[in-house]
Amino acid sequence: MIRSISSIVFFLSLLLSWEFVARSGHYSPVILPSPLNVLEYIWQATCDGTLWVATLVTMKRLMLGYGLGLLFGIPLGLVTARFRLLQDTLGLLALGVQTLPSVCWVPLALLWFGQTEAAMLFVVVMGTLWSVIIATNDGVRAMPPIYLRAARTMGSKGLHTWIKVILPASLPYLVGGMKQGWAFAWRSLMAAEIFVTILTGFGLGQLLQYGRELLAMDQVVAVMAIIVVIGLLADRLLFSPWERFFHRRWGTGSMK
Amino acid sequence: MSIENALINIAPERIEIDGVTKSFTTNRGTIVALDNVSVKVAEGEFLCLVGPSGCGKSTLLNIIAGLDTPDSGRVLANGESVTGPGRDRMVMFQEHALFPWLDVLGNVMFGLRLKPGLNNKERKEVAKYYLDLVGLSKFQHANIHELSGGMKQRVALARALAPNPRVLLMDEPFAALDALTREQLYGDIQRIWEARRKTIVFVTHNVREAACLGDRVLLFSPNPGRIRAEFQVDLPRARDINSVELARYSTEITTALKGFTNKQGTEVAE
Repeated sequence: MIRSISSIVFFLSLLLSWEFVARSGHYSPVILPSPLNVLEYIWQATCDGTLWVATLVTMKRLMLGYGLGLLFGIPLGLVTARFRLLQDTLGLLALGVQTLPSVCWVPLALLWFGQTEAAMLFVVVMGTLWSVIIATNDGVRAMPPIYLRAARTMGSKGLHTWIKVILPASLPYLVGGMKQGWAFAWRSLMAAEIFVTILTGFGLGQLLQYGRELLAMDQVVAVMAIIVVIGLLADRLLFSPWERFFHRRWGTGSMK
Repeated sequence: MSIENALINIAPERIEIDGVTKSFTTNRGTIVALDNVSVKVAEGEFLCLVGPSGCGKSTLLNIIAGLDTPDSGRVLANGESVTGPGRDRMVMFQEHALFPWLDVLGNVMFGLRLKPGLNNKERKEVAKYYLDLVGLSKFQHANIHELSGGMKQRVALARALAPNPRVLLMDEPFAALDALTREQLYGDIQRIWEARRKTIVFVTHNVREAACLGDRVLLFSPNPGRIRAEFQVDLPRARDINSVELARYSTEITTALKGFTNKQGTEVAE
């Protein structure tokens, strides 16, 4: 209760000081829109559907790319950790490529796939995949080998060991990797949507970019705010339950 | 299989270790952990292996468990050659090796879930039976990190007992516990051994512990790992670790141990 009050007070005072600075008249509303302007835009764009459509388009791209990144990243991370040859090849590649800011994939994606959904998808997958591989790999390698020995004595082998022992043992790392992958996917998708103009769907990134071109800073800030809110919601809905679970089970996490 | 069958006492297994040799190569050269070691373990026997660190006693245990393979020689469990881990031989490690992502019941169920012929309800009942046996039925939904060291080893014991193995292999399971908890567990393990009639091979570097628990104590010397002496402990059960009669046995074993360890400058706990 006290925690939610302090959150509310903090954000309210942030908004109030913003409103205050915006109203002081020092800055043109083109440079600094007031929170009320932004809210007005959000209201209006929600009513005419622009915002819904853009959010939907973006989320669809994000979920597809992120899902593919996890689908391939987790198994690949598992095998790079368990097989030396893959560790020295694919593992090294992942380690190198994950340092690459995902926006760097955009020119290549445009060249290969043109201004299409495939280009978007490619950029998001590239943004997600490598960090998920690295996190899974690290998680498996941090697992105490005694778990495997204990599991073997109880008759666990092959796929059963992978699913019932190695995967849950790496869960704390895995959730960390999924969070990082999520953040990277968002970043790469926004980069792609801002740089790649395509006609098959008008996402949040494009909405933001058009706001800039029209000098509609209320629109730009509104889209930024929505991206922040979606990010927070994703954290609360997708990752927090897992984190709470393993903090409780493992007895980690000193903050209640 | 019904739950009665799952809990029934299967005849404990006879183990034959026949000329087992195992060496490891490290940066400092080759260590002969086991040099042509032969032991017969009788059905339902409580056998203790004692020796200083690095004498190969844990290696022997791992080989019986099927977690390690010997360079030469063989291990027979109930007449059959051991080629890998088996549900008839369960292991308890020095570290509890419980899985932190499962609760207490989940850990005890882990081996049971891999055992065919039981449905989930029966598995749960079997797990609860063993949790009750180790005195932890109230803690079935606790997380592993919430338990004390002694409780963790009790859960590990329940987990090892649950699939109803014929042989229990214990690798210094109480070494990391405080003295008081350990004494409690000596009582528990003797009680459970009598109730469930397992063949137990128990590795320790604590002579008194070996004398307290074992029907027979084998003394190992390190590098090359060999059996140097054998002691029968003919004391009634349940034995008290602090009893005078026990002290006589442990003094005798310690003297023998010192006889060959002094030359090599290794230490052993009494």
